[in-house]
Amino acid sequence: MSASSDVGFHAQRQARWHYGEAAFWLVVLACGFLFPSRYLIMTDILRLALFAMSLDLILGYAGIVSLGHAAFFGVGAYAAGLLALHGIINEPVLALIAAGLAAMVLGFAASFLVIRGVDLTRLMVTLGIALLLEALAERFSNITGGTDGLQGIDMQPILGQIPFDMFGKAGFFYSLAVLFVLFLLARRIVHSPFGLSLRAIKNNPLRAAAIGIPVNRRLIAIYTVAAFYAGIAGALFTQTTAIASLDVFAFERSADLMLVLVIGGTGYLYGGLIGAVIFRILQEVFSTITPQYWQFWIGLVLVVIVLVGRQRLHYGVLYLPNLLIKQIGGRKAIVTVPESDA
Amino acid sequence: MTIALETRNLEKTFGGLRVTRDLSLRIAQGARHALIGPNGAGKTTVINQLTGVLKPNSGRILLEGQDITDLPVHRRVLRGLSRTFQINQLYADLTPLETIGLAVSERLGHGGDWWRRMGTRSDVNGEIADLLTRFHLLDVMNEQTVTLPYGKQRLLEIAVAIAAKPRVLLLDEPAAGVPESERHDILAVVGSLPRDVTVLLIEHDMDLVFSFADRISVLVSGALLTEGPPDQVARDPQVKAVYLGEEAVNV
Repeated sequence: MSASSDVGFHAQRQARWHYGEAAFWLVVLACGFLFPSRYLIMTDILRLALFAMSLDLILGYAGIVSLGHAAFFGVGAYAAGLLALHGIINEPVLALIAAGLAAMVLGFAASFLVIRGVDLTRLMVTLGIALLLEALAERFSNITGGTDGLQGIDMQPILGQIPFDMFGKAGFFYSLAVLFVLFLLARRIVHSPFGLSLRAIKNNPLRAAAIGIPVNRRLIAIYTVAAFYAGIAGALFTQTTAIASLDVFAFERSADLMLVLVIGGTGYLYGGLIGAVIFRILQEVFSTITPQYWQFWIGLVLVVIVLVGRQRLHYGVLYLPNLLIKQIGGRKAIVTVPESDA
Repeated sequence: MTIALETRNLEKTFGGLRVTRDLSLRIAQGARHALIGPNGAGKTTVINQLTGVLKPNSGRILLEGQDITDLPVHRRVLRGLSRTFQINQLYADLTPLETIGLAVSERLGHGGDWWRRMGTRSDVNGEIADLLTRFHLLDVMNEQTVTLPYGKQRLLEIAVAIAAKPRVLLLDEPAAGVPESERHDILAVVGSLPRDVTVLLIEHDMDLVFSFADRISVLVSGALLTEGPPDQVARDPQVKAVYLGEEAVNV
């Protein structure tokens, strides 16, 4: 093999599908048939996974921290709700895309504020935007329904064919399809020169600029894309639950997302998916054992993850997930507090 | 004589400190020009202004006759001005293959391509392979940069700058910190740069400066002390005085 084709072969190493990845998606699909009584929680996990994947795009690849990612989730949720409620776009898939685009426009506008600062500034700016939107949604209650939220949303059948059923089966497979399509798109993006340039910017913005990368333009682009993803996640929330209330903007929603990525790891796309599963399962388990204090136990688990550190956890508790990660991602997982892996 | 890179009355102050004083440099096309001076003379500050990391307080910078003073860093790179860093500025998590691949992609205008996968363009692959071979990095192309020995990282540092196919290359102490055993590779690489690339070398190592440069500018306290061919600079009593006690100048 010549050096050139050798280079081409190795350059695509990450982009090639691994057996582990195919297995992962097959297991997810199988869950849809194995646990017919659990569609609601599983749909919830899929939404959270998509939302977390959105944050992973900016945090894991471009190194942009955010404590206000719910802003885009919320805009997508309300957009989808309003579109359906007023019968503007009745078909769910089209409405989903429209809602994503609405969040995307906001993301594009917000990105100019976000690229100005570094980590702490970014945390505050993103947090501020989300709080701002929450307050606005409450203030303009004639549009948003205020604290009551949007009620009486009647979802039309998907593609005019498949109605949402009361067990959530259609909602689950619909969400899974959306997640998978957007995952494929994200996978494409992160293995492109554009995606690689984001990792370069995260690693060393000074050098990134010194090889001709327009750093700000790339950050604006990925932030906008991530906002689209978050908006879609929000729209899925409204479409599958038929409600949209102020808590879509809630700080807890943004903060939970960070926790999901702390658990699942960043920068290999599956972190959000695996993290979402573990996070929700932990939440379920703890809230069954101690309904009042489940947050205490979640908090404890996170403190342990952060304190014990990735190195020791890799060999201990996280041995299995990491084995999975290596199989799926073909690279070492970064399981740590996002702020400290700069 | 065509001038590749020029500064006109460059001034830079940090607070009350004048770190670049009325500096006018002219670097000829194809020159091997060295910028030397004692520690704290402001050499790296000059490089940072040339590349756009720092903005001068006043004065202009011209690349091949065109004013680039107000251009951002990445635009200067696309115009043909590239640099290496005194302290390695690499991507710790990326491999040499990815690092160089990215630089080549950016130069060929594929950097914003978000659909086509890395490694599927044969022109890019060819250039990457060529650079990896020239810089002795082919055997470690899939290793994470952070795990490479220092000498290899230093080679990668230079390779990345070359990948941008510069017409003017700024080398900021290319051999700094490289162990004796690996110095030879670096010097060979620097020595074998094509003649049509103009090189501005910033260096402490006088052996390297005098073996490489055909013209030397001496910077002291941010101002130009003297400039000329190596033998003239070496004989200059002012230069000797500046370097006395720090490092002897041998020809």
